[in-house]
Amino acid sequence: MTITADCLTLGGRLDGISLTLRQNEVTAICGPNGAGKSSLLAALAGILPLGGGEVRLDGDLLAALDPKDRARRIGFLPQQGDLAWDLTVEVLAGLGRLPWTLGPKEDARAVDRALADMQLESLRDRAVSQLSGGERARALLARVLAGEPTWLLADEPLANLDLAHQLALLAHFAKLAGQGLGVALVLHDLAQAMNHAGRVVVLQQGRVVADGPPEQALSAEVIAKVWGVNARWLGDAGARALVV
Amino acid sequence: MTRPNLILLIGIALAVPLSLLAGRVWLDPFAELPHNALIILTELRLPRAVLALVLGAGLGAAGAAMQGYLRNPLADPGLFGIAPGAALGAVLSFWTGLAGTPWILPLFALIGAGGAMALLGLIAGRTGSALLFTLAGMIIASLAGALMSLAISLSPTPFAMSEIVTWLMGALADRSWHEVWFAAPLTLAGIALLMRAGKALDALTLGETAARSLGVDPKRLQWLMIGGVGLTVGAGVAAAGIIGFVGLIVPHLLRRHTDRRPSQLIVPSALAGALLLLIADSLCRVLPLQSELRLGIALSLLGAPFFLGLLLRMRRGLA
Repeated sequence: MTITADCLTLGGRLDGISLTLRQNEVTAICGPNGAGKSSLLAALAGILPLGGGEVRLDGDLLAALDPKDRARRIGFLPQQGDLAWDLTVEVLAGLGRLPWTLGPKEDARAVDRALADMQLESLRDRAVSQLSGGERARALLARVLAGEPTWLLADEPLANLDLAHQLALLAHFAKLAGQGLGVALVLHDLAQAMNHAGRVVVLQQGRVVADGPPEQALSAEVIAKVWGVNARWLGDAGARALVV
Repeated sequence: MTRPNLILLIGIALAVPLSLLAGRVWLDPFAELPHNALIILTELRLPRAVLALVLGAGLGAAGAAMQGYLRNPLADPGLFGIAPGAALGAVLSFWTGLAGTPWILPLFALIGAGGAMALLGLIAGRTGSALLFTLAGMIIASLAGALMSLAISLSPTPFAMSEIVTWLMGALADRSWHEVWFAAPLTLAGIALLMRAGKALDALTLGETAARSLGVDPKRLQWLMIGGVGLTVGAGVAAAGIIGFVGLIVPHLLRRHTDRRPSQLIVPSALAGALLLLIADSLCRVLPLQSELRLGIALSLLGAPFFLGLLLRMRRGLA
């Protein structure tokens, strides 16, 4: 099971990107501002019209797939999590069932499971506006999980969260990858990419400049070249800190 | 059936018979009826009540869908420029002096609404972006408004001018089954289109990107909205002139009684819009004024303070 991107181009944002996402793995997409991270993620989710190249989901051309079918398989968590209406947690999670037509019983089961996964059962009738930042992030993720996708693509899911909630959410992503999902995250914090991703893709000006295990893809040389910052890693695998 | 829907249906069931009895000539079911009671009922009040229900339902449903589509509780069906388009068509029918011929005025109004819909689709149709859509609607509304003023200022006789101005204020007075026959099917078709857009509107709660990732086709949604709002508002203007604020007030009042998903708001808003227009029209009829208060004016008088209160409450919420 793979998502394969082949030579994606889009205006000035993507410039010939090829990569393959695998299941059972957390892939972090890193890069400086304007490197094309969000565009790449949206292209991999099939919601960005491409200038050139193609994305395949398990061999099927993503652009040719029925949008509902695509939506059932790829869960996408956008960067902006603002809701137009003040839904309850349960109703919000239920929106993840929109691509499905298996009936209310099946929908309720999937929503219950997603809420349990995100430890939101006690908050299910709470309005989203009454949640803390961490609870809100979990509720938005529960919406994606309720769709029971095989892929989870999240654009800066840790933005605006304090450290404890960032770590908790990263642990959730690792657990989901352990359950067989393919997870791709756009991450800004290099230390978190280093410690929590199985694989890191580094973008610069719309191109892949490094792709591999975090120790290689985020080596001091790559950081110096891409971010223009001289830095080194301290600590042991899984608990490294970046010193500038 | 959900509780708000049931309550609203009961309200309508109670309001219809009352509205049939109320008017310049009160019909007292327990007293001796005037000799023309049957004609008053079947040829004047019943079509008027049915038309109020139909148009109110259309305006309420269109308002609920528009607020969902634009993700904004202050959105109104008037924003698309369809009502001014329809009004321009109607004004032109007066201008040409053909308005007296049956069917000509509504026909012109529907052509105007259709023209506004087509223009909307042409300007915004490629992208499916709600922002571009709103801007296109505003352009069309101001263009239609300007052309309408031009037509009025160039009107051939002062009589035609006063006729146009009066008609623009919106009313259900002296409407007959004719108006019901064309407005009801068009409005119901429009409401059906809006209901088909419900799931996509729910997805839009999460924003345009997330909605697309949930399989929503923005172009299909846009066409459903153009068709649904165009049919309901176009038919409404063609039958009764411009009646504002129903589409703004009704969804707003009802949202808290639903789970706040746009799809769940469409049917209650249709029912409440029907009820509101029926009550407002009945009140216009019985108010002791020299001539009957125009329904459009009455609702605007009611709507403006409501709108102000809404803004003040939102400002307090933001502060």
